Amino acid sequence: MQMDTNSGSKKLVSLICLIAGAVLAAVALIQDISGSGASWRGAALIIGAVGILFGMYLFPTQKHHRSIINFIFVFPLLFTFGVTVIIPLCLGVFYSFSDWDGIRMTQMVGLDNYISMFRDPAFLWSVLITILFVVLNMILVNVVAFCLALLCTQKLKGVSFFRAAYFLPNLIGGIVLGYVWQFVFNNVLLKFTNNISLLASTNSAFACIIIVYIWQYAGYIMLIYVTGLTQIPGEILEASQIDGANAFTTLFKIKIPMIAATITICTFLTLTSAFKQFDVNMALTNGAGAVTGFMGKFLTNGTQMLALNIYNTAISKNSYALGQAKAILFFVLLAFVSIIQVSISNKKEVEM
Amino acid sequence: MISKPKKIALTVVAIIIAIYILSPFYLVLTNTFKNANSIVANPVGLTGMSFSQFATNLNAVVNNSNFNFWYAFATSAVITVVSLALLALFGGMAAWVICRNRARWSTLVYMTFIASMTIPFQVVMLPLISTFRDVGKFLGISMLQSIPGIVFAYCGFGGAMTVFILTGFIKGIPYDLEEAASVDGCSPEGTFFRIIFPLLRPVIMTVTILNGMWIWNDYLLPSLMLGQSGKVKTLPVAVQSFVGSYVKQWDLILTAALLAMIPMVIIFLIGQKQIMNGMVEGAVKG
Repeated sequence: MQMDTNSGSKKLVSLICLIAGAVLAAVALIQDISGSGASWRGAALIIGAVGILFGMYLFPTQKHHRSIINFIFVFPLLFTFGVTVIIPLCLGVFYSFSDWDGIRMTQMVGLDNYISMFRDPAFLWSVLITILFVVLNMILVNVVAFCLALLCTQKLKGVSFFRAAYFLPNLIGGIVLGYVWQFVFNNVLLKFTNNISLLASTNSAFACIIIVYIWQYAGYIMLIYVTGLTQIPGEILEASQIDGANAFTTLFKIKIPMIAATITICTFLTLTSAFKQFDVNMALTNGAGAVTGFMGKFLTNGTQMLALNIYNTAISKNSYALGQAKAILFFVLLAFVSIIQVSISNKKEVEM
Repeated sequence: MISKPKKIALTVVAIIIAIYILSPFYLVLTNTFKNANSIVANPVGLTGMSFSQFATNLNAVVNNSNFNFWYAFATSAVITVVSLALLALFGGMAAWVICRNRARWSTLVYMTFIASMTIPFQVVMLPLISTFRDVGKFLGISMLQSIPGIVFAYCGFGGAMTVFILTGFIKGIPYDLEEAASVDGCSPEGTFFRIIFPLLRPVIMTVTILNGMWIWNDYLLPSLMLGQSGKVKTLPVAVQSFVGSYVKQWDLILTAALLAMIPMVIIFLIGQKQIMNGMVEGAVKG
């Protein structure tokens, strides 16, 4: 009897919640559609949705309770994910074939955006230097980080201090770091560079971005290598020592093959993060730099990498559809390069 | 074992590298104690430093209307903390269902999350802004230039990685635990909140560190959503708009940079080990 009244009152509360929630949400939506919206309609919709979910939760059913919980548990994350990733992604692909200006579109233009970006030397230059940047960084960051990791796995005093110190730059956001290094290149290092800033010419400015990037990122990659290196069983290293292997053979024949999986992770991380580099690029040079005679044109965006090029195309030049088309190409390029990298490393891992 | 002279040589090398890596921090710290002229005249040395100048610089920056340090700091802190809490809660809930529910739709959801991790932000950023603007206008909820809107976006973008790492962990929790609980009459939601969620603590730590570093330092998303001239600003956006209006005034810019760095450095000094472990674990599992 007790159970019955309990579930009866629960059912009543649940139904009240469901109905009230649905009514509130419906009223809010009617207001939205009719366009005569009062300012409380947003709040009403949210409260209505919460009411519906709460009513579902209270609904007294043994059989479906688990399914209802499953739905309620997945819903919040899936909803935010859908609105922030899935819908914009689909719209983005669609907009890249239209004349969208960030607010509305009037017609589809087919492949015009894609054609015009391949005719734009400035954009092709950005693609080129982004690829160069990614390749250089994949090699340099990993080599530097691996050397640092070797150093930090020796039995030295204060090793944990060194690890922390090397990792420190990774904590600070790229915008702040970019300005700090701009100060270093434009003021501090002037005395060593004959009063000409390293950021003044395209080539040296590009090198500067690489230096800052390695400075920021190597400490993080180092930590991953350190973890990989410390997981190598001590017996194997001891055995190799007894067999008379010197430091170099141990390094190349034992340590590097043993951490092949770590190398894959690190190259993948550096690849994707270098490819998406934006903050430091923007704060350090903002893409400036003169290039003469690239495809017969004079360019002023010598150090502008792809992510920044997309941003500037859309936000500064207000060509949203073109920027979106570039972004789609950016995605395709990134996916393509990542797949190549992963398949190469998998092959290498097996060989080792 | 390495010999003693070799050890000393390696230590010296390690110290030199540490000096190189930490030198920008040294430059920021010392130059905030100088005025603009002494920074240009002597950016490296210790001459021209004074506490009164530091106070002057600090005053000029903290109360600057473009920077508005305390407001920007509070905005960043609220956004980061709320996003992290929601991501941990919703991420845990979703990951648990994905792990334990054998229905086809949960596998589909999981696969969608995994696939979306390869999508760079640049692909969705432009339609995202217009979607948020349109949805906000339609529903009468301000999604751009509002803290709840940004938190919403971070839940969407951080969700995939969070679920991925948490699912990997939950798979390792024996299912017997949950069966025992349900035999004892525990409801499914009770099982999750009383048994599973507390067990997730170490992995939630990892996820929180990874997401926290990203959200706190993120520039692109808040700059697009809030706008450069908007009223609400996160710390990186405030730094950017401050530098934009005080070009080459290094005494002020470096002070702003110092203020932007300090919170993260303090947190790092407190939780050094956890942060470093969390970053590595996140990378290895992701």
